[in-house]
Amino acid sequence: MTRWFSALLVCVAMVASASAAEVRGTGAIGVVIERASGSVLLVDTVARASIGRVEQLGDLSHASVVFSPDQRYAFVFGRDGGLSKIDLLAGALVQRIVQGGNAIGGAISDDGALIAVSNYEPGGVRVFDARTLSQVADIPALGPDGRASKTVGLVDLPGRRFMYALYDAGEIWMADFSGEGAPRVEKLPGIGKLPYDGNVTPDGRHYLAGLFGEDGVVHVDLWQEPLRARRILDNYGRGEERLPVYKMPHLEGWGSAGDVMLLPAIGRHELIAVDKQDFREVARIPTYGQPVFAVVRPGGRHVWINFAHPLNDTVDVIDTMTMKVVHRFKPGPAVLHMEFTARGHEVWVSVRDANRVQIYDAATFAKKAEIEAKAPSGIFFTARATRIGQ
Amino acid sequence: MHANSSIWRWWPSAILTFGLAVAPAAASERPLDPEKLTHLVRQDCGGCHGLTLKGGLGKPLTAEHLEQWSRDQLAFIILNGVPGTPMPGWRALMSEDEARWIADVLKRGTLR
Repeated sequence: MTRWFSALLVCVAMVASASAAEVRGTGAIGVVIERASGSVLLVDTVARASIGRVEQLGDLSHASVVFSPDQRYAFVFGRDGGLSKIDLLAGALVQRIVQGGNAIGGAISDDGALIAVSNYEPGGVRVFDARTLSQVADIPALGPDGRASKTVGLVDLPGRRFMYALYDAGEIWMADFSGEGAPRVEKLPGIGKLPYDGNVTPDGRHYLAGLFGEDGVVHVDLWQEPLRARRILDNYGRGEERLPVYKMPHLEGWGSAGDVMLLPAIGRHELIAVDKQDFREVARIPTYGQPVFAVVRPGGRHVWINFAHPLNDTVDVIDTMTMKVVHRFKPGPAVLHMEFTARGHEVWVSVRDANRVQIYDAATFAKKAEIEAKAPSGIFFTARATRIGQ
Repeated sequence: MHANSSIWRWWPSAILTFGLAVAPAAASERPLDPEKLTHLVRQDCGGCHGLTLKGGLGKPLTAEHLEQWSRDQLAFIILNGVPGTPMPGWRALMSEDEARWIADVLKRGTLR
């Protein structure tokens, strides 16, 4: 009996160690969009290596990614309306639907149950069950003239809610899924011309939408009832003629550091620093070109900025204490995106026309590694699963 | 779409009037580089119009959608942009010959 039992123990130990070798977490995994080939690269941010590729995801020319709360699944939103669910552990596509004709991005609810997608065609927002990708709600975005509007700047808000802006109609809407049945939709009309993107601060309190059709930014304080859209930075261009905008800025990742936020000025080579209490301008920071992304290093010490075509070979790093550019360098042709590791020790930079992702030490700015990727654009690490508005 | 559509109502006729302004090519212009221009259209125009040119924030650039405009009208739009929309004028970054080359391959649907 004793002999039989110890044999069993050995067997159990063998099975346990075999499966231990296969068990892994996903906290160090990331997804890199390969925009031209309709694929994504899975990467290990600790090993600084690619660990797989998932293909046949459609047109990824403007793609973004959100993660399930357990960080096992990535949801990829493609330009062609595709919504793809990827298992990061298996390195494989689980399910893919084409939910619209032309999409711009998406968000996942705070409980991880709902995936919302923002559409250019047919416009509006569609919401899906994160488990099955079956449709839960379809919210057409009809403006006052009854026409369908493209939607932009879709983010999750605490409490199973989403917020987005109507590009054509000039409105901001909130869709509240906290109750039973159909969502409650709250509309803020007449916010200004052509909102091009929007985002929420990391605390989930302030929604900001940038306007393309006029000089200004729209602010909604989500802690105040009823919701009210207020104009900030009115006439920031001071009536001066804009430079041509060869690429729209993105408000994703807009630097919220200490007491200030750094926002893009459309058609200008500068960032505007805004006080986070009263939303007044406190400084302007001249930059190398027109900013596209301004990504704050976790902790808030620096903000890294890339630029619109044709100045997109350069990155500026701003010191948030002095509000000055402290480092300017050229990673290579067509820098499209930057993503920090969860606690900000390294930053990954996609250099599209070099077919590379380059990895830098965030403190010394030294290049530490590079990874081959096919025309890489967006980079998304699983730590985003823990953040509001990502 | 009200702001945009009003522009699109008058813009093509404005182009009809001014379209010929792009016709003469300067002798000193650099030679065309089709590979570079193709890359520009796919990647940089593609940011708004889609890598497959089926549209996004910007309108589709498919041959079917562009049928209503002549090559020179399209070259005029490329060089001067469309007021009141995010379409910028590309005059600072390309020659009139290059704009016409792009208009031509888009209209024919032969962009690689």
